[in-house]
Amino acid sequence: MGLIEKIFSLLEPAHWGVHPADRKRPAADVPVRTLPLPARLYVPLQQHIGAAARPIVLVGQTVLKGQLLAEAQGATSAAVHAPTSGIVAAIGDITAPHPSGLGFPAVTIESDGDDRWAYGYEGGVCVDPFSLPPQEIARRVAAAGVVGLGGATFPSALKLGLGLRAKIHTLILNGGECEPYLSCDDRLMRDCAAEIVDGIRIMLHATGATTALVGIEDNKPEAMAAMTAAARDFPDIQVRSVPARYPMGSEKHLFSALTGQEVPADGRTTDLGALVHNVGTAWAVHEALRQGRPLVERLVTLNGGALERPGNIRVPIGALVADVLAFVGLKTEPARLVMGGPMMGNRLPHARVPVVKGTSGILALTALEAASLDPGPCIRCSSCVRACPVGLLPLEMSARIGVDDLNGAVDLGLKDCIACGCCSYVCPSRIPLVHYFNHAKGELAAQGRAQLRNDAAKRLAAARVERLAREAQEKAAAAARRKAERAAQKAAEKAAAEAAQQASEEATA
Amino acid sequence: MSGESLSLTMPTASPHAHAGGSVTRVMAKVMLALLPATLYGFWLYGWPAFHLFMFTIMFALFGEAFALRLMRRPAVPVLLDGSALLTGWLLALSLPPWEPWWIGAVGGLFATLVAKQLFGGLGQNLFNPAMVARVALLISFPVPMTLWVAPLPLGSVGAPGFAAGLQITLAGIPQLDAVASASLLGFAKTELSRGIDLLHAAANTPALSWVGARAGSLGETAALLIAGGGVAMIFMGIISWHIPVAMLAGIALPAALAHAIDPARYLDVTAHLLSGAAMLGAFFIATDYVTSPNTRVGQLIFGVGCGLLTWLIRTWGGYPEGVAFAVLLMNALTPAIDRLVKPRIYGRDRKGKPLDIAEPAP
Repeated sequence: MGLIEKIFSLLEPAHWGVHPADRKRPAADVPVRTLPLPARLYVPLQQHIGAAARPIVLVGQTVLKGQLLAEAQGATSAAVHAPTSGIVAAIGDITAPHPSGLGFPAVTIESDGDDRWAYGYEGGVCVDPFSLPPQEIARRVAAAGVVGLGGATFPSALKLGLGLRAKIHTLILNGGECEPYLSCDDRLMRDCAAEIVDGIRIMLHATGATTALVGIEDNKPEAMAAMTAAARDFPDIQVRSVPARYPMGSEKHLFSALTGQEVPADGRTTDLGALVHNVGTAWAVHEALRQGRPLVERLVTLNGGALERPGNIRVPIGALVADVLAFVGLKTEPARLVMGGPMMGNRLPHARVPVVKGTSGILALTALEAASLDPGPCIRCSSCVRACPVGLLPLEMSARIGVDDLNGAVDLGLKDCIACGCCSYVCPSRIPLVHYFNHAKGELAAQGRAQLRNDAAKRLAAARVERLAREAQEKAAAAARRKAERAAQKAAEKAAAEAAQQASEEATA
Repeated sequence: MSGESLSLTMPTASPHAHAGGSVTRVMAKVMLALLPATLYGFWLYGWPAFHLFMFTIMFALFGEAFALRLMRRPAVPVLLDGSALLTGWLLALSLPPWEPWWIGAVGGLFATLVAKQLFGGLGQNLFNPAMVARVALLISFPVPMTLWVAPLPLGSVGAPGFAAGLQITLAGIPQLDAVASASLLGFAKTELSRGIDLLHAAANTPALSWVGARAGSLGETAALLIAGGGVAMIFMGIISWHIPVAMLAGIALPAALAHAIDPARYLDVTAHLLSGAAMLGAFFIATDYVTSPNTRVGQLIFGVGCGLLTWLIRTWGGYPEGVAFAVLLMNALTPAIDRLVKPRIYGRDRKGKPLDIAEPAP
């Protein structure tokens, strides 16, 4: 560090990230619509990082909106609630919103059309959250099944608890929404700024932080104005504009943009006293604490050239993508369906997959919009090096992975890759670089697991050999002992017999 | 409903958006930037230059297609990426304009077949193919490769027409002495080797010109047009300023210093910058993506190295011009530079160690 670093930064200023065409409007400016209640909802048990929730309802059972369907199990997990009232029609596998199209377990609810809240969830029944101890707030957030709504879907209550333990002083609210096309956070900040600010205040109380920084990209002036106005009376909540640049919404990058500090590679923002939450999560916390409502619906951006009326739709969790697409209308057959943003979102195998808590957007892209992949050879133009927000050498890493030199890629920093997609986005040869990196990470994880298994097998084998040796030894010892005993017995018998003989001889004599 | 028809298509990894560039587009932009200097070169040196240009490019393309054919790969899509065309183009610009056709043919074939495809094709070659071919020609055929003609613009008295130009390219120059001329760098080297210092030789010195009215290679002489094309590429975002500026500085600074110390033995800065392939090398040759480092700092080191070596070879080397040698030498160092100069990873220091956790700010 020091002088050399200064010279370097002078010669090569940090130009991380890319500036994709944001394509957020006109969808962002359309007022929010609500999806008419579908006849059936498919509520997955795994909508979060961690273990799947365990169902506690039975097929045929009547449930009310907001009623617990499945409870969190394990240290990292989240509860799942009924998004509407009706009957549990099935509990079983449905297609996951993932390119693999694999199945995953879900509770299917046949709606009764009443959309009746369970007792106590109608709202307005809650005590003042500021009179509650912080742990109780985290408990209620957990009970409401709130997970990070930015897309990572980490259970929020755990994060609040972590903040409390790590003694954080700053709460950072991620209103970056740097992915092109998406505007659900933008819309939420415009329409529900007061609720978000209330949620932020509750989270400040829950974590013990003294300041909240709300980072909003400068391409969302309306959201900026709404949030600034809503936070005016709360000096501990500061709304800050950050430059629109992808991936500004990355936790570490937003943190750096707001504080000027850098998170160590082996650490988290909490090590530097800051906890990052999405603005949507703040809204969900408000709903959970003020209304007592669990997370059963969310705002989803419907966007893309194949849609007739793009915009933000309030969708119950478990509604099928097909239902939402039918509601907004399709102009043309989409060339590609994506859940999430275009940079990091997942391609959907088909439209019969459910909207989950982490669904920020559904994109119906035309062939023109969807990047076609016809990869050519790398010309070493190093566009990817300049685009990488982490400072990696994507071209070198992919060359290593191409020849299966995974350790070489790790030496170049593979594990620091955040899979943001900037490198693939700029590559003139259209090499699917991120795909290479994800493949390598998966391969390494599999190798790690295989290694663990091998080690365990080796330990067991060694233990067996040792046990067999010990048993053989014990057996031998036992045999020797028995032999000795037998010999002794024989000797004794012989002696006795001799003695008897002698005695009888003496007697006869 | 939308979904079902998609179900059988291949899974595609994110991102689903793309900035829109392509290799062909990059190559096309470079060629566009080269076009003014090239057309000007045709005008300046007449039809023979045009014929040589066409022969060189044709054989460069043929070499590429032949190599792909041997590998049983379809040639057309690869030829369409424009890289072989650009290689042939750059090589042609670096040749003396009235060369016989077989110089262009051997050079073009050597560039794509040996210097590029034998190394594994686009992106795999360690050395700049055009410069490898130029150097191979120079050391194999030193006499024709140092045969310069004075500019004889199209339409001027004595300039050969299309047919006469073709005859020059195919059969050689009829009256060699009438058109042969010396380049400034060659002249200076000869005079110094004869023991005549540059101050005394000054009266006979070949002219220098920003617009290229001097003896030299086909597309190297019009410094203004080449630099203009280079600056256009910088603005189009095809190249950055680092390599050209560093290379020109690498030539200019030692030249200025040496000339200030002893003007009788060392050429001045203008002579160096306007001679030989300095401009073409700085903007179009050294900036080749494949053979230059991939960080900005690495590119600065690379550029300075190219410039410095050029000046050293011109001043003390066996050849009057050194750009091609300098670029090739620095090409060889590129992997080492890329190993040594890497971007700093977020959250780590330059050595790759995680940053220390600073005291939390109050």
